[in-house]
Amino acid sequence: MGSLNIENVKKAFGPVEVLKGINLEVTDGEFVVFVGPSGCGKSTLLRVIAGLEDSTSGRVVIDGDDVSATPPAKRGIAMVFQTYALYPHLTVKNNMGLGLKQAGTPAAEIDRRIGIASSMLSLEPYLERRPAELSGGQRQRVAIGRAVVREPKLFLFDEPLSNLDAALRVNTRLEIAQLHRRLKATMIYVTHDQVEAMTLADKIVVLNAGRIEQIGGPMELYNSPANEFVAGFIGSPKMNFVDGARLGETAKTIGVRPEHLTVDPKSGAWKGTVVHAEHLGADTNLYLDCEKAGLITVRIFGVYDAEPGATLYATPDPAKTYRFGADGKVLK
Amino acid sequence: MSTATRSLPRTIGAHAILLTYTAIALFPVILVIMNSFKSRAGIFGAPLTPPTPGTFDLIGYTTVIGQGDFIHYFQNSLVVTVASLFFVLLFGAMAAFALSEYRFRGNTLMGLYLALGIMIPIRLGTVAILQLMVASGLVNTLTALILVYTAQGLPLAVFILSEFMKQVSDDLKNAGRIDGLSEYTIFFRLVLPLVRPSMATVAVFTMIPIWNDLWFPLILAPSEETKTVTLGAQLFLGQFVTNWNAILAALSLAIMPVLILYVIFSRQLIRGITSGAVK
Repeated sequence: MGSLNIENVKKAFGPVEVLKGINLEVTDGEFVVFVGPSGCGKSTLLRVIAGLEDSTSGRVVIDGDDVSATPPAKRGIAMVFQTYALYPHLTVKNNMGLGLKQAGTPAAEIDRRIGIASSMLSLEPYLERRPAELSGGQRQRVAIGRAVVREPKLFLFDEPLSNLDAALRVNTRLEIAQLHRRLKATMIYVTHDQVEAMTLADKIVVLNAGRIEQIGGPMELYNSPANEFVAGFIGSPKMNFVDGARLGETAKTIGVRPEHLTVDPKSGAWKGTVVHAEHLGADTNLYLDCEKAGLITVRIFGVYDAEPGATLYATPDPAKTYRFGADGKVLK
Repeated sequence: MSTATRSLPRTIGAHAILLTYTAIALFPVILVIMNSFKSRAGIFGAPLTPPTPGTFDLIGYTTVIGQGDFIHYFQNSLVVTVASLFFVLLFGAMAAFALSEYRFRGNTLMGLYLALGIMIPIRLGTVAILQLMVASGLVNTLTALILVYTAQGLPLAVFILSEFMKQVSDDLKNAGRIDGLSEYTIFFRLVLPLVRPSMATVAVFTMIPIWNDLWFPLILAPSEETKTVTLGAQLFLGQFVTNWNAILAALSLAIMPVLILYVIFSRQLIRGITSGAVK
């Protein structure tokens, strides 16, 4: 229980089309991440699934039932918001129990589920506190707990980590991953952070300007992106794109990831000067201004000493070079 | 503090300006209260001196309280003010919520229409209002006053509150919807508590003109039964003889309830401001 089908969903706000026909199938127990730049429609799509926005056309089917006209509370979903959205006047316990109480669940059952969820998220010491007395990380755990107690068919996460600081973000990310493994529930997660997408997802949906660019597993998207947009969006630092004509290639654009370039001080394919070097310890990012390829990024594992102004030769790994046509699609 | 932001002449200058303004603002009020405790001869002989044992006299207060109806006038004022305030806040907040929360055709136009009353004084419509009240048999009732004051207060309330309602987190309202709360529950339980400071602002701005109004009580409800305090105080203002003791005492008493209401709301105001700052 917990499958989702989105059939040709379109959404327009007045003349502005935000979703331009989305088709998607999510099977039971999958962790699906919607990722894309801001304004790509990923949050709107999540809201349409939740029922907080009506789609202009198309159907949303949860577990075989068309829920396009069902109010959010009756869809069997639970949602975790970016700003936590806890009820300020209720204690942690009542925050978690409110949805069940509204649905008329017996008090003993509510208590049992709150007990399970709060031990899972180590929230027991805070059950009688109000949200104002909790830290950001605790608040987000309460928000997740509120979703867990509902035992929904579908968990929806709307950029849940964006308001947390870097250290907490990594911890909470881990917690969400463990939660998914333990509950085996279907989860849909929206983020603009490709690291979150890569680390959490079974399946990533890359959206751009209201369209799905590609659907696939994290490694599938990394190794064989369907087009220039996906290639540039997945992976950090970003893939280098070089004008094919300047390299004497037939393809419109040549793409090569920073980690698939090697540098040598004596010889190589592209001669360039070091513009800037970022030393991160585990790896070093070099920005090279090349005669043929323009400004490119090279990622070298480990420490590499290079002063700005030095001359280096970069060589792409031919097996891991991508060729894109004029329409941005990958050329086989 | 660094010396750049705190120098002695500047501090003295700022305080001098503030103290002067405070003195100017408080002067008439203090004059009224001071003279209300003096005998008639004291008021006219030395209006600017505080009551001395020679001039101290409670005649004003005994006259006002002796005129048994005054308690009744107070009641009328209080009923009218509190009821109008209640309706202004309730309907104003509801309209503001609808305008800020729901997308519908003509939303902006409706907002402008509701705010139009800020620019057009309601007194321009006095004749029509009077005809309306006569036709509906509401002349000389408190209901008439409450209706008029509610109409008078709504535009500003809708205008201010809709700005504040827009700031309430959408996520919170949506969380409520997913938990199965009705729109009314979301409005009363989630949104209203969060805009309480702005409600207090609106309450203060709405309440004071209503309490002090002389115009509509005089025109719509001048009967003995429905007189408000401000209208009642006119009783002592004769064409030839004016009972200054009684007028000053009545005015001093009339300040009290409005002051108490103000203190209650302003505490809300301050609490709202600080809670927003620390969050």
